[in-house]
Amino acid sequence: MSHEAGVKTGKEKLIYMANQIASFFETMKREEAVEGVADHINKFWEPRMRRQLFEIIDRGGDGLKPLVLEAAAHIKRPQEARA
Amino acid sequence: MCFVNEIDYGTPASRSDKTVTLTIDGKDVTVPEGTSIMRAARMAGIEVPKLCANDMVKAFGSCRLCLVEIEGRAGTPASCTTPVAEGLKVSTQTERVQAIRRGIMELYMSDHPEDCPACAAGDCEMARMAETVGLKEIRYGREGENHIWPAHDGAANPHFLEPDLSNPYFAYDPSQCIVCSLCVRACEEVQGTFALTVEGRGFESRISAGMNEPFLESECVSCGACVQACPTGALREKSVIELGMPEWSTVTTCAYCGVGCSFKAEMKGEQVVRMVPYKEGKANRGHSCVKGRFAYGYATHKDRILNPMIREKITDPWREVTWEEALAHVAKEFRRIQYQYGRGAIGGITSSRCTNEETYLVQKLVRQGFGNNNVDTCARVCHSPTGYGLKTTFGTSAGTQDFDSVEHADVVMLIGANPTDAHPVFASRMKKRLREGAKLIVIDPRRIDLVRTPHVEAAYHLPLRPGTNVAVLTALAHVIVSEGLVDEAFVRERCEWDAFEDWAEFVLQPENSPEAVEKVSGVPAETIRAAARLYATGGNAAIYYGLGVTEHSQGSTAVMAIANLAMATGNIGRPGVGVNPLRGQNNVQGSCDMGSFPHELPGYRHISDEATRAIYEKIWGVKLDEEPGLRINNMLDAAVEGSFKGIYIQGEDILQSDPNTRHVAEGLAAMECVVVHDLFLNETANYAHVFLPGSTFLEKDGTFINAERRINRVRKVMEPKSRYADWEATQELARALGLNWNYKHPSEIMDEIAATTPTFAGVSYDLLEREGSVQWPCNEKAPLGTPVMHVDGFVRGKGKFVRTAYVATDEKTGPRFPLLLTTGRILTQYNVGAQTRRTDNVVWHAEDRLEIHPFDAENRGIRDGDWVKLASRAGETTLRAKVTNRVAPGVVYTTFHHPDTQANVVTTEYADWATSCPEYKVTAVQVSPSNGPTEWQRDYREHAQKSRRVVHAEPAE
Ligand code: SF4
Ligand code: SF4
Ligand code: FES
Repeated sequence: MSHEAGVKTGKEKLIYMANQIASFFETMKREEAVEGVADHINKFWEPRMRRQLFEIIDRGGDGLKPLVLEAAAHIKRPQEARA
Repeated sequence: MCFVNEIDYGTPASRSDKTVTLTIDGKDVTVPEGTSIMRAARMAGIEVPKLCANDMVKAFGSCRLCLVEIEGRAGTPASCTTPVAEGLKVSTQTERVQAIRRGIMELYMSDHPEDCPACAAGDCEMARMAETVGLKEIRYGREGENHIWPAHDGAANPHFLEPDLSNPYFAYDPSQCIVCSLCVRACEEVQGTFALTVEGRGFESRISAGMNEPFLESECVSCGACVQACPTGALREKSVIELGMPEWSTVTTCAYCGVGCSFKAEMKGEQVVRMVPYKEGKANRGHSCVKGRFAYGYATHKDRILNPMIREKITDPWREVTWEEALAHVAKEFRRIQYQYGRGAIGGITSSRCTNEETYLVQKLVRQGFGNNNVDTCARVCHSPTGYGLKTTFGTSAGTQDFDSVEHADVVMLIGANPTDAHPVFASRMKKRLREGAKLIVIDPRRIDLVRTPHVEAAYHLPLRPGTNVAVLTALAHVIVSEGLVDEAFVRERCEWDAFEDWAEFVLQPENSPEAVEKVSGVPAETIRAAARLYATGGNAAIYYGLGVTEHSQGSTAVMAIANLAMATGNIGRPGVGVNPLRGQNNVQGSCDMGSFPHELPGYRHISDEATRAIYEKIWGVKLDEEPGLRINNMLDAAVEGSFKGIYIQGEDILQSDPNTRHVAEGLAAMECVVVHDLFLNETANYAHVFLPGSTFLEKDGTFINAERRINRVRKVMEPKSRYADWEATQELARALGLNWNYKHPSEIMDEIAATTPTFAGVSYDLLEREGSVQWPCNEKAPLGTPVMHVDGFVRGKGKFVRTAYVATDEKTGPRFPLLLTTGRILTQYNVGAQTRRTDNVVWHAEDRLEIHPFDAENRGIRDGDWVKLASRAGETTLRAKVTNRVAPGVVYTTFHHPDTQANVVTTEYADWATSCPEYKVTAVQVSPSNGPTEWQRDYREHAQKSRRVVHAEPAE
């Protein structure tokens, strides 16, 4: 009963988490909010997670809040060599 | 071997700063005004005989043994109840008082058993006092009316009562009781439970628990304060009766909860005879709860695993091996995995139950030895939002006060915490302050005990719907700002003014008004307004909060909302106020301080900071990874996806403590080398390939840091039963991986911590030996530590107000899952129960129960005690129901102390947006009658049984 039971796959979870972060910053001034989302993800997301996030964004960012997409420019792309 | 003896001054210290000088037996003594003559004498080294007084409770003056003579005053006043006065001339040893004392002792002894076993053992003050006052013979004999004989001359003695052995840990023998009422006062004043009374008068008077019940059936919470207070053998620890009196003792720290009580471990050889709370312990001041004082039996429980074990597949039985073989195996596997899947394919979990030194070593092993930052700790699942929220607003990740601070609070706001169950000793201290008149505001979905308990009643209870903390907290701010209750001078001086203005504008928005919030939270607007006014204007206001705040999808936001409230009202930076997280496990604070999070080095310094990395790179001799590592939940995700394959878990049971058990099980099952280092084959070990036996707090030296940032010493009282203390085992593992570690004692690890972490720079075992304990920051600026933080300014410079918009959780009730489940804990059990379930504490809590409101129960045809099925989107489990109106209609509640319940099968993977702290406090569920365990429970139990099989090694040689 995995999906119906509400257990999300890796990608779905990541989108959900990114949007959750955006919801917190959304009420702030736009600039502060964009900075806030990017900074948070840079500080707390392991490269594997950021790489997946960029895969989602590069494929159009379906499901991500506009604020996350806007912040993407400020999110560090993980270096390719690292696992 | 020495015995830690503490002086009993006879009556509590006076808090006055005026002093008075008097003469006692010819000596000049200067003491604070309000001190009793007895205490003043003791301070001058003169011991006045006494039976009914000790320095933890108010004097009562009933035994009259402590009489003295005062020049110019008639009679012989009791020194325990007579305060000092300027110029008094007191004599404690005149012929006259000595004769009276002998007479009194003679009467007492004539009704005290001649063969009193406690007297013989030296555990009864009666014999000692008889000797002190020079009593030689008892003229009355013991033939008259007495409480000693069950029967006399063939007739039953109506005054005799059978001993009460109902409590598993202590016995009450009325024949030895002298009705001094010390136990009654201890229960009232120290513990605050009011379980004992003196019944009857004169010769007929007796101590009685509850409504004349056995202790176990009364309201008694088994804290043991009465046993400690009893001057005779009437109330005694069963362990002392069984093992005899201890021979040596040392001071150590309880390994259960975040209060961090200090104890004297009283020993006979390597056996614990009893644990006695240490009066100089600054967290507990001589008090404790049932867990710390009595529930240490797990340390020698037969279930403890004492040899390392290995198996190839998790379905195989365990095979006992030597430490050498186990460690070599782990090293080989971890290196293989890294070679095959990459450096980031392994990680470690530190334990909030282990010492700071041990935690420090595990994160060091990961960063230095594994070469990544995949280290996390179970604080993730409880207080990580505290770290995030307080760091953002105040600049550091810790509570602001010491526990003593509550003695200066005028208003206590308690949010999502149930201290009488989870932090009992702090609760006792808080109740004491509330009985003195401080006001209480409770914000909690459940009507917790403190809402109404003997002599304490909350001024306001805000029974909010689970998941609406942020809305309610922001509404409180709305009231404070809109009614002009802001402490503007404080905010202007201490906080960023722009951020404050922005925040003030935000909280004033109509959706944050109490009226709007009433609709989502169910709390009447008027109650919110009244509570806000009391908090803002009632004097020193202190906030204490617990997991009910943090374990939410908006946990971090709620912590910031709390910090906002304290700043707006100027309730920061002095005794009696502040923001105080009540930490769950004994060393949650320490494990966070020690760099257990994947993005932080010790002392909360971000891994991306080059200067900080350089400090460690220099002494560890490696290049550190600058990228944050994986959190527990991300490790499990990565495991399922195939990029994470090995883990070293010290002292944690993530399968039971983390949300969504199935997800955890799936993640663990996908790994190739799971190493569990613990006392017992815990639930996580069902998925492990290597088991390393752990050590208890009694078997090692080290430190714990409690919820008030206090660094307390843990002292070894016995050799590790499994050969290595946990820090040694980690060191051996590091060596097997080729690291050159050579710590000979935990003090050397602390030295490394001090040398690399600015907030710990001044800490050393020498200092702790001298001071007993210190609160970090402890460095050049604060050589003896910091009881209250942010006194002259915030750690981050200016305090920062942050907008805290309420975002409803996605965990919503609907037709399929119409009820909200919230979880918690109870007094006698601890966390996932691995220790407490292995003690006699099970007499109080044999199973987890589901609390449900009578209305919801009736609708579903559920009666008290029925088996029910609890189902959510994530899974289902069964347990028995307890019908009660402590929970509101629409809300159900359970604890999670027993693995069979598997409450976390039901909790979902929703988590705090900032820290991934799981949302344990809100799950949409349905409850229905059931007739037995679910399929998952049966499968799980079967797997657990199978995976616990051990094939014992042939004895070597
Ligand atoms: S054990 Fe504690 S709660 Fe129980 S009667 Fe004694 S003092 Fe009161
Ligand atoms: S469990 Fe907590 S309150 Fe109880 S004795 Fe231990 S530290 Fe103190
Ligand atoms: S000790 Fe003072 S009256 Fe008992």
